[in-house]
Amino acid sequence: MSAILPLTVEGLGFAAGGETLLAGIGFALRAGMRSVVLGPNGAGKSLLLRLLHGLIRPTAGSMRWSAPEPARVQALVFQRPVLLRRSVAANIYYALELRGVSDAGRVDEALARTGLTALADRPARVLSGGEQQRLALARAWATRPELLLLDEPTANLDPAATRAVEEIVAAIHAAGTKIVMTTHDLGQARRLADEVLFLHRGRLVEHRPATEFFAAPASEAARAFLKGDLPW
Amino acid sequence: MDELAQAARLALRLITEFDSALVDIIARSLLVTASATVLAAALGLPLGALLALARFPGRQMLLVTVHALMALPPVVLGLLVYLVLSRAGPLGFLGLLYTPTAMIIAQTLLILPILAALASQQIEELAREYGELLRSLGAGPWHAAATLLWEGRFALATALLTGFGRAAGEVGAVMIVGGNIDRATRVMTTAIALETGRGQLALALALGLVLIALGVGVTVATFGLRALARRLSAA
Ligand SMILES: Nc1ncnc2c1ncn2[C@@H]1O[C@H](COP(=O)(O)OP(=O)(O)O)[C@@H](O)[C@H]1O
Ligand SMILES: [Mg+2]
Repeated sequence: MSAILPLTVEGLGFAAGGETLLAGIGFALRAGMRSVVLGPNGAGKSLLLRLLHGLIRPTAGSMRWSAPEPARVQALVFQRPVLLRRSVAANIYYALELRGVSDAGRVDEALARTGLTALADRPARVLSGGEQQRLALARAWATRPELLLLDEPTANLDPAATRAVEEIVAAIHAAGTKIVMTTHDLGQARRLADEVLFLHRGRLVEHRPATEFFAAPASEAARAFLKGDLPW
Repeated sequence: MDELAQAARLALRLITEFDSALVDIIARSLLVTASATVLAAALGLPLGALLALARFPGRQMLLVTVHALMALPPVVLGLLVYLVLSRAGPLGFLGLLYTPTAMIIAQTLLILPILAALASQQIEELAREYGELLRSLGAGPWHAAATLLWEGRFALATALLTGFGRAAGEVGAVMIVGGNIDRATRVMTTAIALETGRGQLALALALGLVLIALGVGVTVATFGLRALARRLSAA
């Protein structure tokens, strides 16, 4: 199977209801490194992920993937886990079946890797918030995506659950999946990011290696954001 | 007063001794209403899903029609079915008038709009919750519709119970198309409506008690389903 990455994005824009919400976004997304999309609340981070995932169509510009049908080898983890009204294991199996994989072994593997084996037969929606997000990650992982998109996956979680999610993301990355994650948690961005895409008011203001970005942000907006002056 | 007490005693005896006329009527009622519920579910749930998920020309018309049919008085619906099935009517050649089949048709049409409306409302809500997830996972429209029906299984089962209860208690439509013929099309409601005046007070009372029990049963089942759904966090 040929890889969908690298991806080339040019002049990407999205408008809705007469308002331009994203404009002139251009970047290249390469396999391997963990890309963290940073920016204050309302900057357009979620929109960018949904464009990449094909849930919404751009109103301007282009996204050029290196292979067709990019959505089939992607997975998206939402800010608030969306789980079907069935068991933990069945939630994972459902996603696998849609990818044409009817392999219960993969379910067990995903459960084991996310520490959910003991909860396999529980109704998914009775799990705690942290467990639900781990299940969302397990479901994504089971399909062995080439690209995993995560939209503020720890925004609603306590520190312990946040750590668990970060460990799982690290493991998924180590297993060869490209990670693109949005966050407004600067500590998390410092821990996880290899490169940063900084969005501000629908524009891509900076796209640089994480160490450079955090050491010396080039833009006024990023400096204000890092100092905590911008509301997130 | 005495007369009433005697009728009540007689009614209880009819029930406890499984009086054959009584059992015959109850069995037919349940068969007709259960068939109508199954038919209405088979047609109404997919129709509800279609209304909730698909965008096609005429959808708005269909929605309005479904809601208008819901407001149609059952006796008028019975009249319309009668006209269609009567010998001079377009389906008169089928010879269905005054048969249980005609009653099943009337009850089906009676609860189909209710089921379709409840289902479309439920599925629309679920689609808001799961729409993006299902697309993200790669589900096509048919697969997504089936999934949403399953996700709504408890609410939809409750809707079926509502429909069953509505059909079981309805009298006007089945009277017109069934005719309340003894041992042929007599059901609980038509028997109560027509036999009371003919001095069959005990039979009517016995059937009334059974109908009350049925209503209570449907209500208990509805609450049980809701409790189960809550426990499984599936509501
Ligand atoms: N479908 C939509 N129609 C109109 N406005 C939208 C739509 N989706 C998002 N927005 C707006 O776009 C802006 C960016 O949203 P979002 O990507 O969710 O920001 P964030 O960076 O916080 O994730 C917000 O102001 C939001 O209100
Ligand atoms: Mg967001």
